[in-house]
Parts: sequence; structure tokens; C-alpha cells
Amino acid sequence: MDYSQFLSMQQEVSLLAVILLVFLADLFTCGRLERGEACALSEANGSTCGCRFRTFFPMVLLVLHTVLNLLPWCCEGCAQVCSGKEAFGGMYQSTPMMTIVKSVLNVGTVVVFLMAGNWLKRAENRIKENEFHLLVLFTLLGMYFMISSGHFLMFFIGLELASIPMTALVAYDKQRYESAEAGAKYILMALFSSALLLYGLSLIYGAAGTLYFDALPEKVSFSWLTVLGMLLFISGMGFKISLVPFHLWTADTYEGAPTVVTGYLSVISKGAAAFVLFTVLVKIFGAVDFVGVWNEAFFWLIIASITIANLFAIRQKNLKRFMAFSAISQAGYLVLGVMDGTAQGMTALVFYLLVYMAANLGAFAVMNVVEQNCGKIGLDDYDGLYQTNPKLAFLMTLCLFSLAGIPPFAGFFSKFFIFMAAFNAGHHLLVFIALVNTVISLYYYLLIVKAMYIKKSDAPIAAFRSDCGTRLALLICLAGVILFGLAGCIYSYIDSFSYGLK
Amino acid sequence: MEYTLFILLLPFLSFLFLGLCGKWLSHKVAGLVGTFSLGAVAVLSYLTAFEYFTADRVNGVFETLVPYNITWLPLGSLHFDMGIMLDPISVMMLIVISTVSLMVHIYSMGYMHGEKGFQRYYAFLSLFTMSMLGLVVATNIFQMYLFWELVGVSSYLLIGFYYTTPAAIAASKKAFIVTRFADMFFLIGILIYGYYCGSFGFEFDAEGFAKGAFMLPTALVLMFIGGAGKSAMFPLHIWLPDAMEGPTPVSALIHAATMVVAGVFQIARLFPLWIQYAPQALSIVVWVGVLTAFYAAAVACVQSDIKRVLAFSTISQIAFMMVALGVCTEYTTGHHHVGSLGYMASMFHLFTHAMFKALLFLGAGCIIHAVHSNEMFAMGGLRKYMPITHWTFLIACLAIAGIPPFSGFFSKDEILTACMAYSPVVGWIMTVIAAMTAFYMFRLYYGIFWGTENKELHAHHTPHEAPLTMTLPLVFLAIVTVGAGFIPFGHFVSADGQAYDIHLDPTIATTSVIVAVCSIALATYIYKGEKQPVAEKMRAALPALHRWAFKRFYLDEVYQFVTHRIIFAHISKPIAWFDRHVVDGFFDFLAWGTNALSVQIKGLQSGSIQKYAYVFLLGVLILFLIVLI
Repeated sequence: MDYSQFLSMQQEVSLLAVILLVFLADLFTCGRLERGEACALSEANGSTCGCRFRTFFPMVLLVLHTVLNLLPWCCEGCAQVCSGKEAFGGMYQSTPMMTIVKSVLNVGTVVVFLMAGNWLKRAENRIKENEFHLLVLFTLLGMYFMISSGHFLMFFIGLELASIPMTALVAYDKQRYESAEAGAKYILMALFSSALLLYGLSLIYGAAGTLYFDALPEKVSFSWLTVLGMLLFISGMGFKISLVPFHLWTADTYEGAPTVVTGYLSVISKGAAAFVLFTVLVKIFGAVDFVGVWNEAFFWLIIASITIANLFAIRQKNLKRFMAFSAISQAGYLVLGVMDGTAQGMTALVFYLLVYMAANLGAFAVMNVVEQNCGKIGLDDYDGLYQTNPKLAFLMTLCLFSLAGIPPFAGFFSKFFIFMAAFNAGHHLLVFIALVNTVISLYYYLLIVKAMYIKKSDAPIAAFRSDCGTRLALLICLAGVILFGLAGCIYSYIDSFSYGLK
Repeated sequence: MEYTLFILLLPFLSFLFLGLCGKWLSHKVAGLVGTFSLGAVAVLSYLTAFEYFTADRVNGVFETLVPYNITWLPLGSLHFDMGIMLDPISVMMLIVISTVSLMVHIYSMGYMHGEKGFQRYYAFLSLFTMSMLGLVVATNIFQMYLFWELVGVSSYLLIGFYYTTPAAIAASKKAFIVTRFADMFFLIGILIYGYYCGSFGFEFDAEGFAKGAFMLPTALVLMFIGGAGKSAMFPLHIWLPDAMEGPTPVSALIHAATMVVAGVFQIARLFPLWIQYAPQALSIVVWVGVLTAFYAAAVACVQSDIKRVLAFSTISQIAFMMVALGVCTEYTTGHHHVGSLGYMASMFHLFTHAMFKALLFLGAGCIIHAVHSNEMFAMGGLRKYMPITHWTFLIACLAIAGIPPFSGFFSKDEILTACMAYSPVVGWIMTVIAAMTAFYMFRLYYGIFWGTENKELHAHHTPHEAPLTMTLPLVFLAIVTVGAGFIPFGHFVSADGQAYDIHLDPTIATTSVIVAVCSIALATYIYKGEKQPVAEKMRAALPALHRWAFKRFYLDEVYQFVTHRIIFAHISKPIAWFDRHVVDGFFDFLAWGTNALSVQIKGLQSGSIQKYAYVFLLGVLILFLIVLI
């Protein structure tokens, strides 16, 4: 066996190293049971270095990992690296674009870790603080494999590796009834969709006789069998991205899961799945007949997702449920980039993901810090937030503006690019419907802004100081919301690596 | 001539500095900063003029210099440039603007002393000066338009300087809206010009003009409407009398000497085009000018607010310049080419008028400063109290009346000569208006400095001469007014740029002087005495005419009627109704429908996991069916 092959998997190896180090650190720093007391004690003594170490160690490692693998190492002399690399007989494949997407996920995870600090310090979570870090990192590793898989089996393992720890994360507050319920719903639906997806894969295998991505395009011929297989694959991914009608779990799970996990679920998990959907479809089902089929499927899925999610979002009173429907409709916009599988679509999709991540995580960071400080998550609870916590309200407003796509925030540009990609691919009606829906979405995003700025409340959320982690997270998100749109180099940098059917 | 950039840059920096940091500056420092930067601008302008006019002529013409020109916005074959262009008229304007502006800056130190918002005032003055200078040195019509709008804005800001007085706010809005309305035509004209001729520049020998020639008269007339708005030509003059609500030095700078002549300058700038492609359209300029000059002179004869009198006098004098440009029939200059005399005469009058009208306004400022009123009844007999103001004011009155050797005589005489050559009818009408000018100016003069003294008012507040900062500019401008007539103006500015000796037509000169002297004598007879029986009798004999003239022939009321009763009531209201009920209603219906639909489909999200799985599977199957079909 040629061990040098591991070198081409540098990101996975690096992440695995992080996981092992965190794991070992968790094992050896201090006894599990005493830890809570030790922390309480050391905090009482004024020295929190032991606890700080537990919080910061995974953080630092992840940041290190993110920075080291931030950009694809692409130079003039190594054309082969730029065009993509393979390992283990094609089981693992990677292109620079995949590296970028993984970096985007990394950054998102860093922000989630920053947000989580406050929440993990609560008494009931102290004992399992590093479990959170580990579980998140495991799902991240699963997504890496999903993204870089060169074989459907590899892909499936990645998918499961991303799903199962996710269930544990959703049910993290398992003493809380909603969290447990959310976990149960998530695992059941995930199993259901996995089963369907696996069924689809078996149909494809039956028709083509192979599951290697490199070999499939030639073997897979257009027949109802392969079309059904492909649709089942799409539905499985649709579950992860939460497209209508595979979205029903979303609201319940988002509501029940801890807010930090909801944030993670709504951005990182969704983004990875959307990107994989794009690459796999382009790679395997790139033949003209197939493209027509998935275009039609996505046409209906996108319209249903955007419209139905918007209609539901209008009614929501709980912010997390609200964000769930917002996330479904955003998923519809995201998948617009998949239409026709053009290179422009890929750029737009990744850029959309990046911007969406900044804005959505920003909104979740605000929601999380409010929830941690006052335990409130209802829309009415936000009445008059501007009077008591003007900075938070302002940040939330910027994030919501970006989500709604108001210039000059990044969300406007990402929506613009993704609409342009779909428009150039010839889907004018679809873009028009999506545009109409942005107006509806504007209405419900502004509902929150209205609550914060205009409505008066008898008992507004008391003024509080947010912790450093949240502040840092918000700072990153704010920078993203403002800079991603204005710095045109980011879009063109992503564009230089994108590929597609045309 | 690279230093010309500082002529624009200095006032701009001064504007930024005073505007942003004014809050922390004392009045004195702010005034000095503004004045000194303007002083530097004036020095640079004089230097530019000296260098420009002492340079060698090429083929008998001063070369047009473009020290700066950058492409600001490229739009395919068209491009918007920003730069500095120096030619005889722009250099002449530099001198006028910087001189008057400097005088106003110095004067304002005394006049605005202790006013709230003193720093803001100087910041706006700097902004205005920068915009006006940018307008005259524009290398292309688009840059001119940009600065044209900027002077409009600064004029708006300065008219509304006393923003707590409702009258000032109304006046500033009126000025802005009326000139903006006219500027709309200017912009359309520019766009037509750019579209058909393929250029916004002022180099007129491009072959594009041959192609666009058929549209040029339209474009030029549209631009003239813009110019007429800025220069307060009838019937767009209504804003200028109201603009007198601003501080008096502002009226001197903007509404007498510089901004209001922008329309004249615009025609002069495009003069080669007018002469070559739209000579017939020039008659529009002539008749608009004649009508305005007559109308304004008639109204000026009966106004009692001294600033209003000066405002109408300004309108009338600008109309003289317009007429002078309009009566041009040829481009070549020389003694046998009297058809091109008007161009030079117009520019000459612009120059002299800027000086003596600024002097009149600044003098009026001193008087208002002394008696705290604009109305003539509060004045009378002031010559004893304010000797310097009295004498300088008298010099300016003599200049505007056209008495030799004061500057106004020379420039007005050239205008009358040009008019006579164009058509005796126009010539005689203009002579009559010149007589009216002399009459109303001396009515004003006697009303202020002679006549009955308002003892009652002066008893508890004796009028006094203004401080040195205010009288110094008066003296300076008076000296210029006395001497400017002897400048061999034709050597510097003429239609085709060739040197040309001004020479007086003895018949016309004699006629105009006799007419002016008669008018002054008439005014002296009527208004000099303590009692004014003749004036009373005239008023009693022609009550209707007096009332109409006093009310400016009810033009403002006509505007009110047309805008409020006709446009607002019968056009805007139905459109607003349509917008509110039909357009908004449609969207309200959409919103209502969306909301109702979202209520209807609430049940889909049931919370039961079995149903979720069914929907999931059903979704896949439906998708499959859709795809198969």
C-alpha cells in the first residue's frame, strides 16, 4: 500500500488529527465526574485555566486546521493539483473547489464553536462539553468524505458519519423533552431517507454494475430505472438540504435542538449536501437526458420549497421555527445554482453558501446569546430589543437584511449571482417566481426588525453583556455580511476554480 | 498652468474643513479660513489671467488651454470628462467670480458678525465658489451641468440660511424647484446634443456636428431654457426676487454677480454652435430677453423693498446680456462685422455689471445693517449718516444708468449699438429700457439717501456707517466700477477671439447719455424732495397699473393657480388616487392572498412523524411521475 496517498487527503488527515487530539485531551486532562466540581472550584478560586483549556483547546486546534487548509495549494507548476487528485483507486477524489467548500465549512464550524462557549459552560453541559466538540468534528469529517468521495459507498459512509453524530447533537439536551423529541424525529427521518437513498443506489448499481464515479457516466444509461435511482438520490440529498416535500422534519428538529446545533444544522450540514448534490449530478448524470430530468425535478422542488416555506414562515411565532422555514426557502435559492450544472452555477452556489453562512450564523448567534441570557426565543419576546440591547438588535437587522437580499449587504450579491446563473441557463420563469418570493421573505424578515425597533414591550429583554466568544462570532459574521458583497475578489477567486457541464 | 487646479481645490478644501470642523472653530477663525483661501484663489486667478493674456497669440487668437482633463465615466464612444479649460471667457469669469467672492467673504465678516451658523455660512460660500469656478472652467457640457447643479444646491442652501424663517424656507424651495424644472430641459438638451453629435465636448469642429446638425437647434433651445431658469428670464424669473430672503452678501455674490449669469455664460460658451447651426433660434433669445428686460424694469419702478428693486434690476440687466448675445448674426469680428459685436458687448456687460451690481447689493447690505429693514419707508436722508455707502452707491447708480465715464456706460453702449445694427425696433426698445433703468435706480437712490427721513424710527436707533470690513469692499468695487470701462475689453474677449478695438458710435452714445440724464432728472424731480407730490399724483392717476406692477403683474399668482388648481388638482390627484387604490390595492390583495393561503396550509406541518414519511415518499413518487410524463 502506498502511504503517500494519505498526503493527498491532507484536509481529512488534518481534521482526524484534530479529533484525536481533542479526544485524548478530553480523556487525560481530568476525571470526567470531578470535572464539573473542579471547574466550579477553580472558578470560585478565580483561576479557570483548567476549564479554559478544555474550551480553548478544540477551538485553537480547529482554527489551526482551518488556517492551514484554508486555500487550495495551487501553483503554476502543479497543474495536476489544480485539476484534481485521486487516492485509493478513485475512492477519494478532490478538486480545489472541494477544498474551498471544506474551508467554508471549517469557518462556519469555528463560528459555531465560538457561539457555543457560553452554552457549554452551563452546569448541565459541563460534563459533556467536549462531546459537543467531538460530535461536531465527526459530522464535519463525514461531510468531508461526502464531498470528496469517488465511490457511492464512500459517499454513503460519509453521509452516515455526518448524520448519526448529528442526531446525538440534536438530542444533546436530552433531559429536555423537545430536544429528545427532535433527536428521535431526526434519526427516524434520517434513517428513512437513507434507506430510500440506498435503494436508489442499489437501482443504479443494478443498472450500471459499478458504483465508481469515474466509471458510472459511461455505464449508466437513460432508463426509468436509473431515473428513479437518481430521483431517490436527489430525495436523500433533499432531506439533508431540507427541500419541500422532504422538509417536514426541519421545523420540529430545529425547534427542539439546542440553538447552537440548529445553527450548525441549518448552514454547515445543508451547505455540504447542496454542494455534493451539484458535484455528483454533474459528474455522473451529466448526460443530456438526465440533465433534462433533474432540471425538471428541481424546477418543482425549488418552487415548492421557496413558496411553501415562505408561506409557513409568515405564521411562525417561535424564532427557531421561523428560522427553520427561512432556511428551507434559502435552500430553494441555493439549489437554483444546481440548475443545468453550469460552472457559473457552481460559483454562485458556493458564494451563496458562504454569504448565507455569515448571515444565518450571525442571526443564530444573536438568538443563542439572547436565549442563554434570558431563555426567550419567541418573536414577541424580541419586542423592544433595540431599546435594551441596541448593538445586538442592529447586528440582527444586518443579518436579516442580508438574508432578505437587501443591498449593499452580501446577501444581495449572492442572490443576484445565483439568479443570474439560473437566468443565463434559461430558467426565466423560475427566476421570476424566486424573485416574487424574495418579496414575501422580505416581509417576514422585516417582522423581526419591526419587533426589535418599533414595537413596544412591557417586559423587554433586559440589557446584558454578551460573552467574548459570541462577540467574536458576531464580528466574523458582520465582516462577512458586509465584506463578502463588496470584495469582488472573493467571487472571482471562487469562480477561478469552478467547473460544470458547460 | 497646472496651478489652476488649486483654484478649484482650495475652496473645496475650505468647504470640507469648515463644514466638518466648523463646530469647533470660533467665528473669527472660520471667517479667516474662508477669506484667506478665497484670497489665495483670487491671487491664482489673477495670475492665471495675467499669464494667459500675456501669452503669444496663435493666428491672432489666444490659445485654448486644457491643463487637466480626465475621463471620468467612459460610456462606449461617449465619455464624461472632468477637467479645466482656459479660454478668454472662462479666464474672464475666473476674475469676476474670485473678485466678487473675495469681496463678499471680507464683507461678510462684518455683516454676518455674531450670526448663529457663521461657520456654516462660510462653508456654503466656499462650496458655492468652488462650484461656480468649476462651472466656468468646464471642458465639456456635462461637467458644466454637474457644477451647474452644484451652484443650484449651494444657492438653495444659502437662500435658506435662516432656516427658522418660513419665508426663507419657502424662497429656497421655490428657487430650487423652479431652476430644477428648467434644468430638466437643459439635461434633455445635453442628452440630445451628446446623442446626435457624439460628444459632450466644446471642440466644435468635429465632423459629428454635421451629422447632428438637424437636431442642434432643438438641443440648443432646450439648453437655453435651462439657462433661462438659472438666469431668471421671463417667465422663469419668479424665484429670483424671493431669493432675496437670503443674507444680503449672498444676494450680491450669487443672485447678482455670478450664478445668475450662468445662463448667459452657457450661451456664450456654445456661441459657435448657435451662430453656425441655429442662427434663427437666436431670435428666441432676443425676444425673451427684450420681454424680460422690459417687464423687470417696469416692476422695479414701483417696488418698495430695496433688495427687490435690485433683484428686478438684475433680471433686467441679465436680459440685456441675453439680448446682446441674441442679436449676433456673424462670427467674424472687425469693424465691418458689426453682427458679432453683441458677443463682446454681452461679456463686457457681464463683467461690469458683476462689479457694480455687487457693489449695489453690498451697499444695500450696509443700509439694511444700519436701519434693520429692507423697506424704503424706513430709510431716507441716510447720506448724512453713511457717507461712504452713499458715495459708492451713487457711483454704482451712475454706472448702471449709463453715465460716462463709469463702466456701465461703455458696456451698455456696445449693447445698444449691437441692437441697433440688428434691428432699430429692438434698439429703440432697449434704449427705452435703459432709460427706465436710470429712472428706477435713481428713484431707489433718492428714496434711500434723500427724501424724508424716518425720524421716528431713527430716534431710538441712529443709523451709522458700517465697519471697515464692510466699507472696504465697497470702496474697492467702486474703484473697479469707475475704471473698468477703460479696459480694452475687445482685445481680450471677442466672438472669434481676434483682437478688436472698441469704438463708440457717437450718435448712439449721445442718445443714450441724453436719455439717461433725462431719466435721472425726472427721478430727481419726482423723488428728491421731502414731499413727493408728483409720485403721489401718478399713483393716484394710474392705480391699476401701479398695483399690477407692484404685484409683479400677478405672475406668482398665475403660477400658483396653474400648479395648485390645474396640475395638482386635476392631474396629480387622479394619479395619486390610482396609485393608492389600484396599484396599492393590487399588492394589498396579493399580501392578503398570501396570508390566507398560509393559514390554509398550516395543517401540513402536523408534528406526526408517520405523516412526514408518507409525504416524503409521496413526494418522490410524484416527482417520478412528473418526470416520466
